[in-house]
Amino acid sequence: MIKAPIALGLTLALAATAASAQELRIGMRDDPGSLDPATNASFVGRVSLQSVCDKLFDIDPQGTLVPMLVESWEWADDKLSVTLNLRQGVTFQDGTTFDADAVKWNIERFKTMEGSRRAAELESIDAVEVVDDHTVVLRLAEPNVALLTQMTDRAGMMVSPAAYEDSTQEAFESAPVCAGPYSVAEYRPQEVVILEKFEDHWNADAFHFGTVRFVALPDSNVRLLNLRSGDLDLVENVPPADLPALEADGDIEIAFAEQPAYEMIMFNLEGSGADPDFAEHPEVRKAFSLALDREAINQVVFDGRYSAGNQMFPPTNPWYNEEYPVPARDVEAARALLAEAGVENPELDLLISTSPERLAVAEMMQAMVGEVGITLNVLPTEFISMRQQAADGNFEAYVIGSSGRVDPDLNISLTLRCGTANNVGGYCNEELDALLDEAKSLSDDAARKPIYDQIISMVMEEQPVVYIHNARSAYAHDADIEGFRTYPDAIIRLDDVRPAD
Amino acid sequence: MSRIILRRLMELVPTLLILSVVIFGLQRLLPGDAALAMAGEDATPELIASLRAQYGLDRPLPVQYLDWLGSVLQGDLGRSLRLNAPVGQLLIDRLPVTLQLALMSMLFALAIGLTTGVISAVKRDTRWDHAANVSALIGISVPNFWLGIMMILVFSVGLGWLPASGFTPLSEGLWPGLRSTLMPAIVLGTAIAAIIMRHTRSAMLQTLDSDYVRTARAKGLTERRVVIRHAMRNALTPVITLTALEFGALMSGAILTESIFNLPGFGKLIVDAVYNRDYEVVQGVVLVTALIFVFVNLLADIGYILANPRLRE
Repeated sequence: MIKAPIALGLTLALAATAASAQELRIGMRDDPGSLDPATNASFVGRVSLQSVCDKLFDIDPQGTLVPMLVESWEWADDKLSVTLNLRQGVTFQDGTTFDADAVKWNIERFKTMEGSRRAAELESIDAVEVVDDHTVVLRLAEPNVALLTQMTDRAGMMVSPAAYEDSTQEAFESAPVCAGPYSVAEYRPQEVVILEKFEDHWNADAFHFGTVRFVALPDSNVRLLNLRSGDLDLVENVPPADLPALEADGDIEIAFAEQPAYEMIMFNLEGSGADPDFAEHPEVRKAFSLALDREAINQVVFDGRYSAGNQMFPPTNPWYNEEYPVPARDVEAARALLAEAGVENPELDLLISTSPERLAVAEMMQAMVGEVGITLNVLPTEFISMRQQAADGNFEAYVIGSSGRVDPDLNISLTLRCGTANNVGGYCNEELDALLDEAKSLSDDAARKPIYDQIISMVMEEQPVVYIHNARSAYAHDADIEGFRTYPDAIIRLDDVRPAD
Repeated sequence: MSRIILRRLMELVPTLLILSVVIFGLQRLLPGDAALAMAGEDATPELIASLRAQYGLDRPLPVQYLDWLGSVLQGDLGRSLRLNAPVGQLLIDRLPVTLQLALMSMLFALAIGLTTGVISAVKRDTRWDHAANVSALIGISVPNFWLGIMMILVFSVGLGWLPASGFTPLSEGLWPGLRSTLMPAIVLGTAIAAIIMRHTRSAMLQTLDSDYVRTARAKGLTERRVVIRHAMRNALTPVITLTALEFGALMSGAILTESIFNLPGFGKLIVDAVYNRDYEVVQGVVLVTALIFVFVNLLADIGYILANPRLRE
């Protein structure tokens, strides 16, 4: 009965596609917030800024560090300085030249500006020395090879010093001027960011759309409906439950990012709200981990699309420690561990944010650990309230996820190093910190790997956190779009993305 | 009439003051603050503290409130920390969206609600009446969210007639403007139409049974004239009250409908602001929607007087 209307709809959609062939419309989960790389603090902001502000370094689809505004680099033997040779002939979107002075100015702004979100990320840089117009030396307070990967994100995005100084901070946050392939034409908060191609970009030929729109659509159903109606060309953050229907649709293609994301339970080990049964006995936390059937959670809640992982890296990631494979559920062993610790019927209050998927996971875990004799009380809490409770140490355990960081150091140290910001559970192992420092002083991945293996084995033995799964970001796009690739940081890159012939 | 207007305006001042204190206080009771929300995922405690100092969030609450009140009295509603724009500007940007959506929803609701209400009262206990009652029940019961998604599926995905999302102001052309708000207006208007239909019907039934209607009929007036000039005019009073209340509610934003259709109205603004502890935006939206609510009710009072001459002294 509705065949005719669908045919009509398709005709209209095709006509619309032809008319807007030079425009790419991308559906995002949220508004980007500030578009100044110094003050942005959101994932959606990172995605929009990727196309606006070129960075010193980038990653390739395998996660390997590659040149961007830095053409080549060389570490000193002591890893206390790195020389950066800058790309020549690069101009900012205001026509001024990108050079060594601009790099120095940008890094100093990130480090010293009031309210800069980048200061901690660039903490290890002591000084920036300009050698000549196209050469810069970064002097570090301590060896840190992860720094360069940090600069594949906002901390490496260069803005035009001249444009910034002519503007106000407020104005710059809506209309930054950088050296990327697109400039911000208009930003309507909570609605859309409209980008226009910057024709003088050093790699302009690789970008095939004249205009790019990032549309903020918080509801995933609505994003997908807009994709199917032809109002959008590409959407991010597709929930696993929607994938089977999309895969059946011949006009839509799906892509996944293999990112080092993780979801974990962080136990409070020392704060005022800590539960002594869990805080004082690693066996109880291990029992909790053994009680979980991670694959069942993955199948039921995520349609089997995530990795049922047990570490901060998914099992397919090169940094995964193979000596600690995903444990099969073992109720007897878990009970034995509880007996060994001398703890009977432990009870745990678990804070989680109010997302339907997280609630579903929590309910499954509740049933699974219940069989072992652990009572899990699930406390759904609005996100910012939960973060405040966690920061205050006023919790027993909470569920938190990370979209993952490409360099292994950041994926571990941000949550497990003594006293770091996200380590609200208060885990502190000086031996582990020393290993993290050692690994940061080596630029050879093969040499770093055994050290991270050792770190992961310590985490598995002490279990200050229990990893539940590793998420994968899913994207869906119109089959008329070609050349879309995914990256392990889940950021959308538009080079070579083009309309199909 | 001017006495009513004056009295309403006098009542407005204490209402707004009390409201602003309550909203300010309630927001600060929520755990977490704007600095925590703004700092992002990997924020250090030092960063959070420096943001707190930068935006004056570390000052005592009464000082923060009086500072805000002082600015408001000078016409400055503050600045959104999350959306990086003056609150006044955000409100001005969103007013046309919310107004256009509210007006279209209300027109749709009145057109459907009044007509079916009058018809079902006049044709009481016929199948017209039953059909209207069942439709009204469905209209009230259908969730906005579901209706919105279904309409997008049919009219955007299936037929391709209407855009699935986005807002075009009427100033950019009547048809593009109408097209962008047609589906959301119907989604919002459906439940209101059903409520108006039921109120119109019961008010009409009452007046149709009253003595003066019998007198009017006895004088030999046509049924049409009896219904429209005599019965309906008296039945309108409760409908006007209802319309004013519903319109006031529409003007304070429709979060679900706005999210489904990506319309940047008041609803989306305030809900995001609450989640992000964007205090001055919440206060600004509440203040402005309270003003609109009072204004719409004032219009309703004037409406009663016009509809019912007995209230004119």
